[in-house]
Amino acid sequence: MKGFELQGITRDFAHPTPHAVLRGIDLTVTAGELLSLVGPSGSGKTTLLRIIAGLDRVFGGKLIWPDGRRPTTAMVFQEPRLVPWLSILDNLLLVAGEASRDEATVALAEVELAGSEHAFPGQLSGGMQRRASLARALLTRPALLLLDEPFISLDAACAGRMRRLLATYWQKHGVTIVLVTHDLREAVELSTRIVALSPQEGRLMKEVPLPLPRPRADAAIDEALAGLRALTDGWPQPSDSSDSASARCGPTTAQTSHFSRARSRFLALSRSIA
Amino acid sequence: MTRATVTLPAAGLRWSRWPSLLALVALWYLIALLMDDPVLVPSPAATLAAFYHHLVEGDLITSLAATLARVAIAFTLAMALGSILGILLGRSQMMDDMFGGWLVIALNMPALVTIVLCYVWFGLNESAAILAVTINKAPLVAAITREGARAIDRSLLEMTRVFAVPRLRVLRRVILPQIAPSFMASARAGLSLTWKIVLVVELLGRPNGVGFEIRTFFNYFDIASILAYSLAFIAIVMAIEGCILQPLERRVERWRQP
Repeated sequence: MKGFELQGITRDFAHPTPHAVLRGIDLTVTAGELLSLVGPSGSGKTTLLRIIAGLDRVFGGKLIWPDGRRPTTAMVFQEPRLVPWLSILDNLLLVAGEASRDEATVALAEVELAGSEHAFPGQLSGGMQRRASLARALLTRPALLLLDEPFISLDAACAGRMRRLLATYWQKHGVTIVLVTHDLREAVELSTRIVALSPQEGRLMKEVPLPLPRPRADAAIDEALAGLRALTDGWPQPSDSSDSASARCGPTTAQTSHFSRARSRFLALSRSIA
Repeated sequence: MTRATVTLPAAGLRWSRWPSLLALVALWYLIALLMDDPVLVPSPAATLAAFYHHLVEGDLITSLAATLARVAIAFTLAMALGSILGILLGRSQMMDDMFGGWLVIALNMPALVTIVLCYVWFGLNESAAILAVTINKAPLVAAITREGARAIDRSLLEMTRVFAVPRLRVLRRVILPQIAPSFMASARAGLSLTWKIVLVVELLGRPNGVGFEIRTFFNYFDIASILAYSLAFIAIVMAIEGCILQPLERRVERWRQP
């Protein structure tokens, strides 16, 4: 993987009212870097990540891959997006293939899910599901790894261990990582470079390289953080209601409730016809 | 987990239902006794005797076999046709705009009309009979499957796209399991519909099968035989439901169990 380039990326949404989320993003991501995209809720971080992932194709501007096509990519979504009727292990094998059974077991152990291989996602807590989705992404050994708030519903200690796991993985495999987060401290702990999106205008506000040695001690992180406080100026105060609500712990996931709602709808329909 | 509590009324029977069934037989006995007209209201015993007679000396087995064969063929055709149509309508807004209205008309077409038209246009033959049943049932399957196809979770499909999961694997492990519940629902709703329509098709224009026999008994006013044939057929349909469809549905739904 040789990195990639974003040229003048724009993205408009029609709902609820017509508005521009991104208005001209220029950014070059170099191979093997661990880039953090930071910004408050609504600044377009996730939209930008979806464009890079190829899930959003109606954007303006150019996304340039040196080889002409996107390299092998893995992603951790804001929601776990595990398939509810497949066991955790089968969820990993779905993307990695049956041959990766041993590696999948190892990957699950690394995210502290040994013993939960045969549980269904609905039987696990939100944090466990999120770790499973991290294991799924790491297992595929991607050239490009996209992470959308991957540590959000984990308790502090567990999130710390997962961050260290990610840092180790990145150093070992030389993967290019784009990490979306609104936690500046997390960005400072992990990244080689921080790119901040402005709160409202849909533009890049600032780029900060972070040539700090690793592993990064708390003191060094605090010191770097102190110099970056200006980045969060103008961010809405962290009530964070939307983020924490979507990442609530517990066995109910958005997808299962969506699924059972839909299911009860057509069962009711079939009953009314029969 | 929020779980759908809506289930189709089961045509198969639980053991707890047996007392109420025995009560039904008792009621039947009582009415037969009060009416005191063995021709018009035969008793359960007389019906059982008629059943035995047709089983041993009559055409019960061959009639049932002929009817079940028609049910099986028409059921399979209607499930295949209806499922494909339903998935197309559910996945493509354009298809739904174009053909959704046709489906409404097809759903409301009286079974008798399609049967008569098929016989008139294609002759009193086996293909016309099967075609008539298929045309009657496929729209119902399509309507139920369309809802299932509409409910397919886009977020999971996005996930498989990022990870570049092979298409066949996505179909088998992600898409089909989401359509399976609606497929089962349409199978169960469709099976009871199919065999009812097959009887009408046979009554109107086939030289064998349960429907044909019932018309013959009707001509001779042989109520006991009509009841005997009906009960035998109900028993078989319930067995299919309880021994094939319900276990299959439980398998499909296994992941929902806590």
